[in-house]
Amino acid sequence: MAREFTPKVVTANALIEGDVVYLTADDRWTRDLAEAELLTDEAEADYRLLQAQARAGEVVGAYLAEMRPGPHGPEPAHFREAFRRTGPSNRFHGKQAEEPSRA
Amino acid sequence: MYRHTEFDRAFLAERNRQFRAQVERRIAGHLTEDEFKPLRLMNGLYLQLHAYMLRVAIPYGSLDPAKMRQLAYLAERWDKGYGHFTTRTNIQYNWPKLSDVPDMLDALAQVGMHAIQTSGNTIRNVTSDHFAGAAADEIEDPRPVAELIRQWSTDHPEFQFLPRKFKIAVIASETDRAVMKSHDVGLRLVGRAGARGFQVWVGGGMGRTPMVARLLRDFLPEADLLPYLEAVLASYNRLGRRDNKYKARIKITVHEQGLDAFRDAVEAEFPRRRAVFTGIDRDRLDEIRARFVTPRLPERDAAAYCSARDADPVFRAWSDTNVTPHRHADHGIVTISLKAHGATPGDASAEQMRLVADLAERYGHGDIRVSHAQNLVLPHVALSDIPAVHAALRAAGLGTGNIGLASDIIACPGMDYCALATARSIPVAQGIATRLEELKIEHEVGPLQIKISGCINACGHHHVGHIGILGLDRAGVENYQITLGGDPSETTAIGTRTGPGFAYDEIVPAVERLIFAYLDLRESPEETFLETFNRLGMAPFKSALYDGEARAHAAE
Repeated sequence: MAREFTPKVVTANALIEGDVVYLTADDRWTRDLAEAELLTDEAEADYRLLQAQARAGEVVGAYLAEMRPGPHGPEPAHFREAFRRTGPSNRFHGKQAEEPSRA
Repeated sequence: MYRHTEFDRAFLAERNRQFRAQVERRIAGHLTEDEFKPLRLMNGLYLQLHAYMLRVAIPYGSLDPAKMRQLAYLAERWDKGYGHFTTRTNIQYNWPKLSDVPDMLDALAQVGMHAIQTSGNTIRNVTSDHFAGAAADEIEDPRPVAELIRQWSTDHPEFQFLPRKFKIAVIASETDRAVMKSHDVGLRLVGRAGARGFQVWVGGGMGRTPMVARLLRDFLPEADLLPYLEAVLASYNRLGRRDNKYKARIKITVHEQGLDAFRDAVEAEFPRRRAVFTGIDRDRLDEIRARFVTPRLPERDAAAYCSARDADPVFRAWSDTNVTPHRHADHGIVTISLKAHGATPGDASAEQMRLVADLAERYGHGDIRVSHAQNLVLPHVALSDIPAVHAALRAAGLGTGNIGLASDIIACPGMDYCALATARSIPVAQGIATRLEELKIEHEVGPLQIKISGCINACGHHHVGHIGILGLDRAGVENYQITLGGDPSETTAIGTRTGPGFAYDEIVPAVERLIFAYLDLRESPEETFLETFNRLGMAPFKSALYDGEARAHAAE
């Protein structure tokens, strides 16, 4: 039996700043995981990843990251993605120190 | 300190011009990431978890005040006001923007620095003894040899695509302060019948298959160094495996081929290499030696040092751990701890870097070193000036007196920064150091080296830690394995695993149990943790770690 597909988001690092970005349903790159499009269908996820990888002038290293649905949008299934969403734990730098970007 | 020539400057300027154009083409969309990635890595630019990371080479860990001030300037102008000194004696900037990196490299070139070969399957930054030129026990300063190797290996066309990265260390004393036997090639300068030469060690390394280097050549005459190194590299380039990156380092080549077979390959290649060296390498070494300005140390009265030690217990405790005897008895080697309890091992702010530059200029003959243990060193300070140096360091948060003690922890960046990491290491180091400070026991515990890596690649040297900690991802949770009995010194040894790992919130108490077990087990205060472990073996420490009742013994 095929394994059940775990939901995913498309994530990458921004080309210039290098910080973590997520793909939204309306094809924007957001810095805020809550805004990311949660992909629950495997074929759709693969397709969205291909689309993201084609945007090589905007991001680097796009991949599918496992998420769980939460009340405020996708939540990381693994601690690595939790750190990517937050920033380092030894210094108040990175996303945790920035205003959520809605642009 | 080595002064760069006009040729070095022209080379760097051209290389930076090329990279600036490559960055422009990447941003303009003319280069794909697949095309650009090897180009940026050749210039030390990685992409990490939260940002790019620029790794700047500090050849054999030597800096002067101008270089240190420029590193501070980069931290402030293009990063977040600090830099991270690494176990390879490099510095890493954790937050540069891609578009700023060409300017950063130009700023580095102004002081003769660069990020070339800090990545990729090339010969990496050559490391050395951080006490070079000052240690009482060395036969000569090993850094001119390290510089010769740096010049030879930089952009060496034959060795840009080795099977895997390649690390070389050079020392000149029996005491090994550079973890020499954990390098792909380790060189120890020795004398024999009035002639200089090298012991050549090969195939050391950490990573997922840790190995202690083996003796390839007992005495290599100094004049044969570069042709012999070329023969080693060429043999490795030919025999090293390219089918599996985990089996690609020279340690695996030597292990699989056998030391004798590998030696035969090197010796067969060596005459061909020597035939094409015309002696220019030896002339070059003479030039480099002339360009290494060793400070002339004036005679100084040490009375002020002794009276400060008598009068000030804080100074006395700090100087016990952080001042090492200099070859000139009226001078000392000052190690500046970048391990304040609870701080990130190896991090220094721009202000701290500038202070160290100022102190080096005022008291230290302009000489600064980075140690593989992620500390800074002022190698030549008159004893009578050390109280003033200490006072200035304390005021800047750099006065921690813990060199060689349990809170002088090596930790890689781990999952707080590194894209390869499987777990965090910095907060574990912070947690252990903070706990030691609460318990106020590390001076009683004495010499104890704790080393933490956040993945199997072992940048945090955990294999050679007296207590080694390896952070792993076990079923989606951070888990920490402990090894005991590792030894980074000339009696190099790889630690042994104690058993099952510990969760993130269990690892600091586990280390605490080990330390208390040692205090119970040692024969006398003079017997170090490592000596006790070597005498008694694993069993009592294992019991302290895993037996439930041992937990009750932990302080509180």
